[in-house]
Amino acid sequence: MKLPIYMDSHATTPVDPRVFEVMSPYFTEIFGNAASRNHSFGWQAEEAVEKARKQVADLIGATAKEIVWTSGATESTNLALKGVAEMYAEKGNHIITQATEHKATLDTCKRLEKNGVRVTYLAVQTNGLIDLQQLREAITDKTILVSIMYANNEIGVVQPVAEIGKICKERGVLFHTDGVQAVGKIPVNAIKDGVDLMSISAHKFYGPKGVGALYVRRRSPRVQLTAQIDGGGHERGMRSGTLNVTGIVGMGAAAEICNKEMAAESARLSALRDRLKDRILASLDEVYINGTMEHHLPHNLNISFAYVEGESLLMGINEIAVSSGSACTSATLEPSYVLKALGAGDDLAHSSIRFGLSRFNTEEEVDYVAGKVIDVVQKLRELSPLYEMFKEGVDLTKVQWTAH
Amino acid sequence: MAYSDKVLDHYNNPRNVGSLDKKDSNVGTGMVGAPECGDVMKLQVRVNPETGIIEDAKFKTFGCGSAIASSSLAAEWLYGKTVDEALAIKNTDIVNELALPPVKIHCSVLAEDAIKAAIQDYKSKQGSAVGAGVTATTH
Repeated sequence: MKLPIYMDSHATTPVDPRVFEVMSPYFTEIFGNAASRNHSFGWQAEEAVEKARKQVADLIGATAKEIVWTSGATESTNLALKGVAEMYAEKGNHIITQATEHKATLDTCKRLEKNGVRVTYLAVQTNGLIDLQQLREAITDKTILVSIMYANNEIGVVQPVAEIGKICKERGVLFHTDGVQAVGKIPVNAIKDGVDLMSISAHKFYGPKGVGALYVRRRSPRVQLTAQIDGGGHERGMRSGTLNVTGIVGMGAAAEICNKEMAAESARLSALRDRLKDRILASLDEVYINGTMEHHLPHNLNISFAYVEGESLLMGINEIAVSSGSACTSATLEPSYVLKALGAGDDLAHSSIRFGLSRFNTEEEVDYVAGKVIDVVQKLRELSPLYEMFKEGVDLTKVQWTAH
Repeated sequence: MAYSDKVLDHYNNPRNVGSLDKKDSNVGTGMVGAPECGDVMKLQVRVNPETGIIEDAKFKTFGCGSAIASSSLAAEWLYGKTVDEALAIKNTDIVNELALPPVKIHCSVLAEDAIKAAIQDYKSKQGSAVGAGVTATTH
């Protein structure tokens, strides 16, 4: 076993060596511009791009023509939301999303609000899922788009996407989903799920960084978008710019591997995840799992270790790469807004650790991580005045704190 | 974020972790911060009432590595100091000693507050125990 151990796959994943092998000739030998129509260099590049388009489409139950290449999911989400808001402005100006979306969605919505679009941010329940009744009630005759993520990047909960799709269809509203954390990990089918637009990123499923896609439904309904990047009219006018052929080839190869191996891989990862969870729960008290485990990504575990601050925990397990919802680990010095949205209280957000298992993690690594986390939490609790008070039976919610 | 060697040393080998009997009239307890802010420090001193010298200091901290290091250092520094010398410790002394980056200065402020709160608690206990002889300082 080699240290450090990488267990932060919601942030990114390494390129699978099999993917890298497929990509490699496209850096130097097959370097043509896919838009060059009159020589073999261009044709070869175009052929590779179209093969990848089919591979990505197959992974999400779409057709190749419904895939628009982008630089990544942030761009895909920007294109989906801004493109719909602009194209359907005459129909309405209302978008519905929810509080625990990725910043790519939330910040795009904030920008749209400045431009006169009205945005409803649905609250989530304590289990991390949206309330479908609230969604139904939020839709008005001015609503043009609902944007709800497939699976959450922090707490790994999987939203009831098919039901959301059904509601949107009934009400004649477009449905965008941020599929970044779900695609390649769990079965996603744009048709069955009733999705009209979906953002996807290659580097979350063992493809390269800097390439992504937006699924844009072509039939019932045919979704139209106003392009947000102007230029040579690539991607049927929806996204100009020379295609990142090498990256696209990698995304296609990565998608094909995921499609083939998903069933076995998700079973293996959920068993490893449960092993990690069970070991921690067996050894430590006052541990809280964030987000319902009933509708959950197989490789995600988000745990709050009460009375221990997240950054100090990361410091103690510094040869393990994971993330924390602690304010001290964020650029904004605010604890995780996702965990706050669950209503668990800021203190549990400060104490949270996100584990994201990947294709390359082993059982040996999981056992090492579990042991190390347990040791460090115990050590930090020895140091924690809050744990001491808890053990003395003090109700911490009734203490008058001298907050700064 | 990279931590200074001194922060790492205090984090890995914290000095004076523990608790003193908070009911002891010679023990002053300071507890500052709040769980929802991500840091709570408890600092305790035992003072020899004859000499005014701090003969024991203990801490427990919920917080990031820099908060743990700041309170560990504070407890270490308090040993052998008089109450007045303890009150003269400034957060900037802690910042300099631990080479804290700007985003971690609040940890040192918290440690200074904890020292002051512990001394104040000791003084007010002495004030009520001994009566008019000792004046309790209130902030």
